[in-house]
Amino acid sequence: MATSAAQAGMIGALAARFRSCPVTGLQIDLAAERLIKANAIAAVVFLAIGGVFGLLVALTRWPAVHLLSSDMFYLVLTAHGLDVLLLWIIFFEIAVLYFASAILLNSRLAAPRLGWVAFALMLIGGLLTNVAVLQGDSSVMFTSYVPMQASPNFYLGLILFAVGALIGCCIFLGTLVIAKDEQTYEGSIPLVTFGALTACIIAFFTLASGAVILIPTWLWSLGYISHIDTVMYKLVWWGMGHSSQQINVSAHVAIWYLIAAVTVGAKPLSEKVSRGAFLMYILFLQLASAHHMLVEPGLSSEWKVFNTSYAMYLAVLGSMIHGMTVPGAIEAAQRKNGYVNGAFEWLRKAPWNNPAFAGMFLSLVLFGFLGGISGVVLGTEQINIMMHNTLYVPGHFHATVVTGTTLAFMAVTYLVLPLIFQREVAFPKLARIQPYLFAIGAGGISLFMMGAGTLGVSRRHWDITFSDATLAFDYPAAAFLMLGLNGLFAILATVGGALYVIIAVWTILFGRRVTAENALAALGPMPPRLQVHTAVAEYGSAGTWHLPGTYILISVFFVSFVLYYFVNWKYLSELWPMG
Amino acid sequence: MAEPTAAPTARERVPFMQRLLDNPFLLLFLGVTSPAVLYLLWGVMELSQIPIAR
Repeated sequence: MATSAAQAGMIGALAARFRSCPVTGLQIDLAAERLIKANAIAAVVFLAIGGVFGLLVALTRWPAVHLLSSDMFYLVLTAHGLDVLLLWIIFFEIAVLYFASAILLNSRLAAPRLGWVAFALMLIGGLLTNVAVLQGDSSVMFTSYVPMQASPNFYLGLILFAVGALIGCCIFLGTLVIAKDEQTYEGSIPLVTFGALTACIIAFFTLASGAVILIPTWLWSLGYISHIDTVMYKLVWWGMGHSSQQINVSAHVAIWYLIAAVTVGAKPLSEKVSRGAFLMYILFLQLASAHHMLVEPGLSSEWKVFNTSYAMYLAVLGSMIHGMTVPGAIEAAQRKNGYVNGAFEWLRKAPWNNPAFAGMFLSLVLFGFLGGISGVVLGTEQINIMMHNTLYVPGHFHATVVTGTTLAFMAVTYLVLPLIFQREVAFPKLARIQPYLFAIGAGGISLFMMGAGTLGVSRRHWDITFSDATLAFDYPAAAFLMLGLNGLFAILATVGGALYVIIAVWTILFGRRVTAENALAALGPMPPRLQVHTAVAEYGSAGTWHLPGTYILISVFFVSFVLYYFVNWKYLSELWPMG
Repeated sequence: MAEPTAAPTARERVPFMQRLLDNPFLLLFLGVTSPAVLYLLWGVMELSQIPIAR
C-alpha cells in the first residue's frame, strides 16, 4: 500500500512540468500556473460585469438620477451582489490558493485535472445563476431570503459553484500534503501560505453552510419541499453569506504580507504573533455572521452576545494584530533598506509609484479605519440597533470587501501579471494612478453609504422619497446629499475599476514578454536590494521591534476607534432617552 | 578540548502551539467545529424551541 502510494507520488512528480521563476528562483508547476491564469481571468471578467451593475445601483440610489425602474433595480442589485461578492472574489481566491500552495511551496499541484473540473463547475454555476437573474424571475437579491423564491437554476448555479470551490480547497490541502511529503520546503509553511490555509479553512465552513441551506431551498423551488423556515434559513444562510466575506479577510491579509515581502522585502515582525492572529480567525472569525441576527427575537441574548460581543472581538484582536504587524514589517524592512531618519522616512520613501505597494497600503488603511471600526460598531448588540438593515451595512461591507479585499486583489494583480502571466504591465502611468482612483472612489462609497445609514436610510429600498407610498415619510435632507455623493464616488470607483480591467486584459493579450533580464524591473519600482524568495517563501521574522512610525500610526487608529465607538453610544442615548 | 555538539535537533520537543499550527487538518477540524457548534448548532437549537403558532 505504502509502496503504491509512493509510486503514485513519483509518477505525479515525474508528470509535472516546471519552469524556473527568474525573480524568485522558485520552480513553478506549469499546470498550477495555467489554473491560476484561468481562475484569475474568470475573476476579472465577473468583476467587470458586476462593477457595471454596481454603477447602475449607485445611479439609481442617487435621488436626482434615479436611473432604473424598481423591477430592474432589484434585478441589477441581485446580479451585482452575486458577481462581485461571490464570483469575482472566490475565483480570485482559488487562484490565490493555488499560488500560495504550489508556487510558494515550490511544489507540484495536487490533481490538476480535478482543478479543471472545479473551474468548469464554478464557471457553469456562475453563468447559470447569472442567466437565471437576468431572465428576471430571480430578483431575490444576494441574500435570497425565503419566502422570496428564485428560479431553481439560481440555486442550482450557486450549488455547482460552491462544489467547484470546495474541490479547489481540497486541491490546496492536497498540495500542502504533497509539498510536505516531497520536502519541497523546510520547517513550517511560509506565513502567506498559512494565511491562505486560514482562508481555505473558513471556506470549508462557508461552503458547508451553503450546502446545508441551498440544497433544500433548491428542492423547495422545484416543489419537492413545501416549506423552509424563514429564520432558520436566515441563520444558516449567514453562515455562508457572512463567512464567505471572512474568506476574503484572511486571503487579503495574506496578500498584504505577500506584497510587502515582494515590494520592500518585509518579513513578519514575529511569525508566532502573526500565525496566532490567523489562528484567532480560524476559531472565531466566522462567528461574526451573528451580527445579521441581532434583531431576531427567536434567538437568546446569550447566543447574540457570545457570538458577537465576546467571540467576535477575539477575531477583531486578530485583525488589529495584523493591522500593526503589516505596517510594522514594512517599517522594519524599509529601515533595513536605509530609510532610518525620523519616524516616517520609511513611509515617505516607500515605493508609492508601484501600484502593487500603493494598492496594498491603501487597502490596509481603508480596511482598518472604515471596515474594521464599522464592523465592531455593527457587532455590538446595543448600537447595532441604530444601523441594523440600513445602508450602513452595505457601507461597512463595501469598506471591507471593496476597499479591503478588492483593492488588495487588484494590487497583487500587478505582481501576478509579470510573475505568472510573464507580461510587463501595460500602461504603467495609468497603472500608477489606478489604485488611488479606485481607493478614493470606493472609500467614498463606503463612507457616504454609512452616513446615509446613520441617518436611517433603508438598506434595500429602491426609492428613498417613497413617492408611491400611501403614508409619506421624509428622510433628512443630508441623506439625499449622502446618496448623491455616493453616486459621484461610485463613478470614480468605476473609472478606477475600468482602468484595472483594461490594464489587466491589455497586458495579458498584448503585454511585452518578461524575460530573465527585465523580470525584476517588471515588478515595478522597488528599493534597490531584494531577496524576494527569502522574504516570501521562507519562515523567519524581521527580528526588530524598533518601529516608532508604526506605533504613532496605530495610536491614531486607536484614538479614532475609541472616539467613533463612543460617539455611537452617544447617538444611542439620544435615540433611546432614559429617565 | 571543545565539548561535543548537542544531540540532533530532531530530539527536541516541538512546542504544542507549533505542532498545532503546523497541522492543517487539525486546524481545519477546529475551524469548522468552532462556528458549527457556537453559531449554527446553538442557534438551530434555540430556533427549534420556538413554539409553533396556532
